[in-house]
Amino acid sequence: METKILWLLPLSPLVAFALIVLFAHRNRALSHTLAILSVVLSWVGSMFVFWRALQVGAERLAEEPFHSVINWLPVGDGFFRLGVQLDPLSAVVLFFVAWTIVMIFIYSVGYHNFGQPEGDHDTKGLPPHGATVTHHGHKHKVPSVEPMYSRFFAFVSLFAFGMYLLVVSDNLLTLFAGWEIMGLCSFLLIGFWFKKPSARDAAIKAFMTTRVGDVFMLLGLAYLYTQVGSLRYAAIFNPETLHHLATSPAPALGMSAAGLIGLLLFIGTVGKSAQWPLHVWLPDAMEGPTPVSAMIHAATMVSAGVYLTIRIFPLLAAANHEAAFTSPMPVVAFIGAFTALFAATIAVAQNDIKRVLAYSTISQLGYMVAAVGIGAYVAAAFHLVTHAFFKALLFLGSGSVIHGMEHGVLHTGEHVDPQDMYNMGGLRRKMPITFWTFLIGGFALSGFPVLTAGFWSKDEILSEAFGLGHQGVFWTLAVAAFLTAFYTMRQITLTFLGRPRTEAAEHAHETPLTMTGPLMVLAVFAVAFGWVGVPEHFPVLGHLLPAWFQEWVGATFHGLIPEHGELTFSYFPLTVSLVVALGGLAVGWLVYRGVSRADQPDPLESVLGPLYGVLENKYYFDELYAYLLVKPAYWFGAVFTFRWMDRTLIDNNLHAVAYLSWRLGNFLRNRFDLPVVNGLGDAVAEGTKGAGRLLRVVQSGRVQQYMLLALVNAVALLALVYYFVTRS
Amino acid sequence: MDFLTNHLLTLILFTPLVGALVLGFLPNDKKTIRWAGFLFSLVPLALTLLLWARFDFAQAAAFQFQEQATWYGPIHASYHLGVDGVALTMVLLTTFLTPLALLASFSVGDRVKVYYMLFLALETGMLGVFLSLDLMLFFVFWEIGLVPMFFLIFQWGSPKGERRVWPGLTVPSRVYAAFKFMIYTMAGSLGLLLAIQMLGVVTGTFDLPTVIERWNQASGTILGFEAGTLKAVAFWAFAIAFALKVPVWPFHTWLPDAHTEAPTAGSMILAGVLLKLGAFGFLRFVLPLYPEQARHYAVALAFMGMMAIIFGAFAAWGQEDFKRLVAYSSVNHMGFVVLAIAAAAWAAGTEHATIALNGAVLQMFNHGLTAAGMFFLVGAIYERAHTRELKKFGGLFGHIPVYAGVLVFTSMASLGLPGLNSFVSEFLIVRGAWPVFNLFTTLSMLGLLITGAYILKGIKDVLFGPLTDLADHLTDLTAREVAVMVPLMALMLILGVWPMWLLEVINRAVGG
Repeated sequence: METKILWLLPLSPLVAFALIVLFAHRNRALSHTLAILSVVLSWVGSMFVFWRALQVGAERLAEEPFHSVINWLPVGDGFFRLGVQLDPLSAVVLFFVAWTIVMIFIYSVGYHNFGQPEGDHDTKGLPPHGATVTHHGHKHKVPSVEPMYSRFFAFVSLFAFGMYLLVVSDNLLTLFAGWEIMGLCSFLLIGFWFKKPSARDAAIKAFMTTRVGDVFMLLGLAYLYTQVGSLRYAAIFNPETLHHLATSPAPALGMSAAGLIGLLLFIGTVGKSAQWPLHVWLPDAMEGPTPVSAMIHAATMVSAGVYLTIRIFPLLAAANHEAAFTSPMPVVAFIGAFTALFAATIAVAQNDIKRVLAYSTISQLGYMVAAVGIGAYVAAAFHLVTHAFFKALLFLGSGSVIHGMEHGVLHTGEHVDPQDMYNMGGLRRKMPITFWTFLIGGFALSGFPVLTAGFWSKDEILSEAFGLGHQGVFWTLAVAAFLTAFYTMRQITLTFLGRPRTEAAEHAHETPLTMTGPLMVLAVFAVAFGWVGVPEHFPVLGHLLPAWFQEWVGATFHGLIPEHGELTFSYFPLTVSLVVALGGLAVGWLVYRGVSRADQPDPLESVLGPLYGVLENKYYFDELYAYLLVKPAYWFGAVFTFRWMDRTLIDNNLHAVAYLSWRLGNFLRNRFDLPVVNGLGDAVAEGTKGAGRLLRVVQSGRVQQYMLLALVNAVALLALVYYFVTRS
Repeated sequence: MDFLTNHLLTLILFTPLVGALVLGFLPNDKKTIRWAGFLFSLVPLALTLLLWARFDFAQAAAFQFQEQATWYGPIHASYHLGVDGVALTMVLLTTFLTPLALLASFSVGDRVKVYYMLFLALETGMLGVFLSLDLMLFFVFWEIGLVPMFFLIFQWGSPKGERRVWPGLTVPSRVYAAFKFMIYTMAGSLGLLLAIQMLGVVTGTFDLPTVIERWNQASGTILGFEAGTLKAVAFWAFAIAFALKVPVWPFHTWLPDAHTEAPTAGSMILAGVLLKLGAFGFLRFVLPLYPEQARHYAVALAFMGMMAIIFGAFAAWGQEDFKRLVAYSSVNHMGFVVLAIAAAAWAAGTEHATIALNGAVLQMFNHGLTAAGMFFLVGAIYERAHTRELKKFGGLFGHIPVYAGVLVFTSMASLGLPGLNSFVSEFLIVRGAWPVFNLFTTLSMLGLLITGAYILKGIKDVLFGPLTDLADHLTDLTAREVAVMVPLMALMLILGVWPMWLLEVINRAVGG
């Protein structure tokens, strides 16, 4: 029963995708009904198997996951088998995936202005520009419905298929399939408004940057498959295989096979979860519609990267355990921690409401990666779930803000960027539901103590980093946490507090229930999900609430990883965590509460000086990559390979051979054919002619003469025959 | 029915040729000719499906449905046909793609009768290569296939463009391309013919199974030469002929020219089937005849395959002409086949070799589908816009949505998106080649990255960005054009999700 449902979870949105593309694309209501129905079905199925999993209990589920498998490919004497499975780790991932996807689908109905009139000048491929309606005799502009409404729901349904596929997969190959299908959908949805050159470029950039990671990941899969003979979790993650992998040397980097495979797969995560140095695509991905940013680029797809790293944690841990080989774990920890801080510094200097969140996502994913890198995979999983909820909430909230601002822009006709936070201000009165839910999400992101889910998960990462003795990681993440709280409060202050700084903000408007409803649901999770993971030793609360999450996810790899002893509780990381969260929020509010004009320079500019410009320009990574990598690579293709090598070197050599043959032919004709062959021929002809002339005398035409000649010849012939016959 | 069973291969092989002759006697009405040609090409397809149904899959490695008759008695060449799992796969590809190519050719309006006749004759030539079990017979079909294609490029090729060969000699592009294609292949055939004759002299027959057996036993001194040296020379004579056809870097430059200048259906068949002749040659002749030499030179072969992957991808990315971009993509994709063959030669007899060969044959089939589809789509837009320059398109994602959807689908199949066909074969190849050639496989992944770059470049320039003034001329795919693409797309999807039915045949045939 459970496994049958697992098979069906991804199929439901896939069917919706096919139906919309083939039949329903002309009907908006039918399209979104199909899409939402399909993900609601998947949601119901997910909740059912989750509930069943809870009944079974973590330890039994870890030992005997819900599992079903089929033969897929014949290879040599055996088969490549694949199937679906649910273990404690995938159960919690399935939980948040199901919730966030349904919420975002519903939100999209309102976001794309369903029920509004069609735009005056809207075309497919550009965001809707608004429609003029006549109301009580006077005209005014209102938002118009998205011209490619059905297409949007088709794409997001396909995306949901990819995500579910990834979660229920029992092997790394179908995981990779879901991974890549999501990549395609991400590409199509970032470039949803494909006529905008910026959206087009962002889509390409996203696909190509993640593909860098993907090709390494594919190589890792091939390597792993070679070593193990299977890509199923059950075959890979057992003590014998892990030991074998951790003790056999890899062909490069002085690593064990486990280490190199882990590293290669991790590069896939670096691309997908936008970790430094492959982080550049995610901020640009904000070109897509906001539900896409919330779902793909915050809650699900980018989380899938971290999910992979957690999934392969036993492999990393096994490699780490063998002292004879280089361990990949420090690399993971370094990239995670560095990214967490690096992205947070950039977020401080962004004015686009979505871009701040994009950098924040990169930074938070860095937290999780760093957590895996120091061995705290449970904390990473915890933060993965809480972050999915509160970041989806924040993105949807920002979409709601933009929507409200667009309403104001249409109403006033003012030409301001509805995404620039400096054009906002005072929206708390205009959009109260959006404000309160955004505040909850923002506080969760900042790690506001005790109340919010983000506090519990982030605090756990910090305390584990401290407890396991990774001081560098601990302090890096602590500074990043401070910056996180700071830029979050900057965002909240600039957007919602103070007074409206533009006419448009003055006329902003709360969004419909289809949008605010999902915000409220997600806000509940952004608070409540933290309570399932209150650590045992936490003062007071630790005794009241069980540390359910730690036990649940911790059971997944029971017996597969070297256990470290119980961490002793320390007040130090808790204090640091409190100080940075509250301090960051306070400083953020103090610095930005005074901003009163839209064109005012950022208060940080005077403090940071030229450094602010560097941050604003994201450390010039885009420019660096363009000039160092993309342009030379393109030159290598267009000029070196095609023009120089193929067209010049190879083709000209061929032409030279052809030319020489041609010359040789000419030579033979002029110097040999004509004088020698033809000359000889001519000579023969002339000779024959001469002989003929000579012989003509015998051709007199007189029969008697012929007869005589014949007789002479016959006698001569006979004589000849006689001579030869007698001789032999 | 007995006759059908006993002569099934002959029927498959010669029905297209008979069709071509019948076409010659039909009234010169374009519509009649088109439909007659198309319907005729369905006969071999139907017969192939019958063949598939009657094929003994458990014995896929053995030659089945064999037919043998004396042909050139004095030189011991016989008319010997037979299929194993690999040949069956390729025959299916050929008989499947030809009707689609003929359906795609309905838009050809010039000398329709000759065009269709040539095309059907071409099909017989290609099938002959896959079905022959006699070296002489094989060689005849190998050469026969060239002639129709030469004329198709030469006569029906792209009307625009010129190519300067050397100072003082500038010829129309299609003339250049046709001759380059012809002369290049002939140059390879020269060595091939000599080597085949040498094999015939040494073994006293041209019958392939016997030749393989006797040749592999031959040692010591052959014809006054040391056996190893002679075998190495003969190996290279075969290998170069087939490498030219695949084509392998650095013998690939005829391909972008021929594919770009050929008429749409010509490109579909060129990329879809003709390139497979070369790879098939490696599998059918080189590996069984020269296992030691193949192993000895596997690294060189793998190197050339890797270079094809990397440079093919880079060159495709650098194109401004949509069709040439797709043409170069063939170099890139066929490079994987060569890499897999090299890996299989090196690790012969191991599981790695089996997996690599599985991947190679499946990749041949898959590339046939995706390349044919891509060339058709390029042709469809060229017919409307009369230009192939990528820069002149743009923003068509909403303008011609069916075309756009089909293009994205086919491009993704070509890119190797999991869930579509090429992913399965490329994964198998990487898996098979990785333990054998670590470095080459790793570097080939760089090519796979650039594959993404050129596929996206095509999609980006055609579908994304602002609309250009060409858009007014561009209409969506017609029902006929959709009918060409639907079977291709269906197979791409089926092979991506459930490749078992085809891979099982291949797997058994290559030694699983």
